[in-house]
Amino acid sequence: MGLNNEKMISMYTNMVKIRLFEERVAELFAAGKIPGFVHLYVGEEAVATGVCAGLNDKDYITSTHRGHGHLISKGGDVKLMMAELFGKKTGYCKGKGGSMHIADMDLGIMGANGIVGGGPPLAAGAALAAQYRGTDNVAVCFFGDGASNQGTTHEAMNLASCWKLPVVFVNENNLYGISCCTSKSMCVADIADRAAAYDMPGVVVDGNDVIAVYEVATEALKRARAGEGPSLIECKTYRHRGHFEGDPCVYRPEEEVEEWKAKDPIPRFEKKLLELKILTPDTVKRIRESIAKDLAAAVQFAEESPLPDPKEILDDVYSV
Amino acid sequence: MPTMNFSMAINEALRLEMERDPNVYIVGEDVGAFGGCFGVTSGLLAQFGEKRVRDTPITESAIVGTAVGAAAAGLRPVAELMFVDFIGVALDQLYNQAAKMKYMFGGKAKIPMVLRMSCGAGIGAAAQHSQCLEAWFMHVPGLKVVMPSTPADAKGLLMASIRDDNPVVFLEHKILYGLEGEVPAGEYIVPLGKADVKRIGTDATIVATAAMVHRSLEAAEKLAAEGINVEVIDPRTLSPLDTATLLESVRKTHRLVIVHEEVKFAGSGAEIAAMVAEEAFDFLDAPILRVAAPFTPVPFSLVLEQEYIPSVDKIMAAVKKVVGR
Repeated sequence: MGLNNEKMISMYTNMVKIRLFEERVAELFAAGKIPGFVHLYVGEEAVATGVCAGLNDKDYITSTHRGHGHLISKGGDVKLMMAELFGKKTGYCKGKGGSMHIADMDLGIMGANGIVGGGPPLAAGAALAAQYRGTDNVAVCFFGDGASNQGTTHEAMNLASCWKLPVVFVNENNLYGISCCTSKSMCVADIADRAAAYDMPGVVVDGNDVIAVYEVATEALKRARAGEGPSLIECKTYRHRGHFEGDPCVYRPEEEVEEWKAKDPIPRFEKKLLELKILTPDTVKRIRESIAKDLAAAVQFAEESPLPDPKEILDDVYSV
Repeated sequence: MPTMNFSMAINEALRLEMERDPNVYIVGEDVGAFGGCFGVTSGLLAQFGEKRVRDTPITESAIVGTAVGAAAAGLRPVAELMFVDFIGVALDQLYNQAAKMKYMFGGKAKIPMVLRMSCGAGIGAAAQHSQCLEAWFMHVPGLKVVMPSTPADAKGLLMASIRDDNPVVFLEHKILYGLEGEVPAGEYIVPLGKADVKRIGTDATIVATAAMVHRSLEAAEKLAAEGINVEVIDPRTLSPLDTATLLESVRKTHRLVIVHEEVKFAGSGAEIAAMVAEEAFDFLDAPILRVAAPFTPVPFSLVLEQEYIPSVDKIMAAVKKVVGR
């Protein structure tokens, strides 16, 4: 299944990178350095990491409003991401997009998305382009439990199945669409059950177990690359923080939060890698220090970068 | 020059662009064997096959959205919605995704897609199959909005739209599909953003779109018999709007009547009138008038539908009013 020690360390490193990035963003947002909305991925790192470990630069992803983890996992540059969050000219989008619109077309990142359910048709379209050209590239559509109830998701899944498009729909079921619990927003226990309606495989996986996610994603990606069509993977996970930074989270019980924090994907994977002697306490320390250093450099880059010139407001509305 | 109807002019533009560029494909409901709701894509499936002429389920969000995704990934889709009235169920993919991706992503995306839709009243298709909604699209930065009135313009504008690197909304008035006209053979490009003076005149300017161009020309001929010499301009592209050509005409005639089939309230004519008032107020010798549909859904019964669509008489009355006759 292609999971050697090096790959596992790289997956671990990616998860820690997302966690530390998001924790730094939370601090900077609280300090008033980042305007607008930020939706953090803390607690869900295993999903993006496990799925993107099976992708290459020519594969596509569509992301969500909670997109930082997907972008980092697909190779996004944290310096350019941080500068964008600050609204700086040097950011991924020249300060025009912000947290919800970071994209890197060169890496196949077709954008975070401010519209819940905005991504699935786009992912199907990118998959169509891959199929049309006769490549074995795929598109991965990350979407939440909230988006699973949007009409666009149904339309994209149906058409993807009719046309056997190489797309993998990766549902991140973190139990809440803002405050609305899945117990109220859907009448089945598992979103994966809906795959039957499209005659595609639907698999539920522990979204806090990065190896389990990697394994089911590998199967789905293999199927997509072989021209056998789309799949749906439902990753059961949880966001440790609120929907957005500043969310008082009155809608979920503290015991539930604690229960899920005990299933935190990062200590879980770290413990396993230490037990298997793939990691040592010393390498863990060095990995974390190295990431912290990169993030400090990213924050410094963002802080020191120039703001956009107001004269740039009309740039890039149209291609010329 | 060969003669063909509006529908076949569009068909030819599609065929030529598909022959030229393998990345161009057609997608929509019944565009294949059925040949499209109005026959516009007939024959293309036989020539290009199912890969490039893609019949879909009834799934407008996915038709538009997959076109956006495929365009972002480098293809050049030409998507069709049978009626512009159906855009509501797919709108997010057009105005929040296609139109904004380039800007939101700091310029590093392009969405070279065309969304063709029939529009307009005149066949008794009632309130959900007869609307003109061009102002909706004009209001969205990032979209281009094209609305031809003749077979030649339809061909030339569509070829230009397919080659454009932006999402283009291409509106085809269904009453024009059977209209015959001369169409240049082979490659024929009408640049987007260029208005066309359909009739030269001196006493008043009519700016009209789609089917209203023909009613305005008919009104102009009748007015000429009464000694009123009207200029008729078709913007052809509503966004970007060729303000220079419109202003030049108004500065010459000093009078402006705008004719469109959309409802008058907040229609495309409101923007044109405001633009002229801002840029050429001192040249105007009369208030700007608009002849447009009343603020009501399109009615079914033919007598009501004809009351809804701006008539030649109403256009003539407006021109007479601005010239003081």
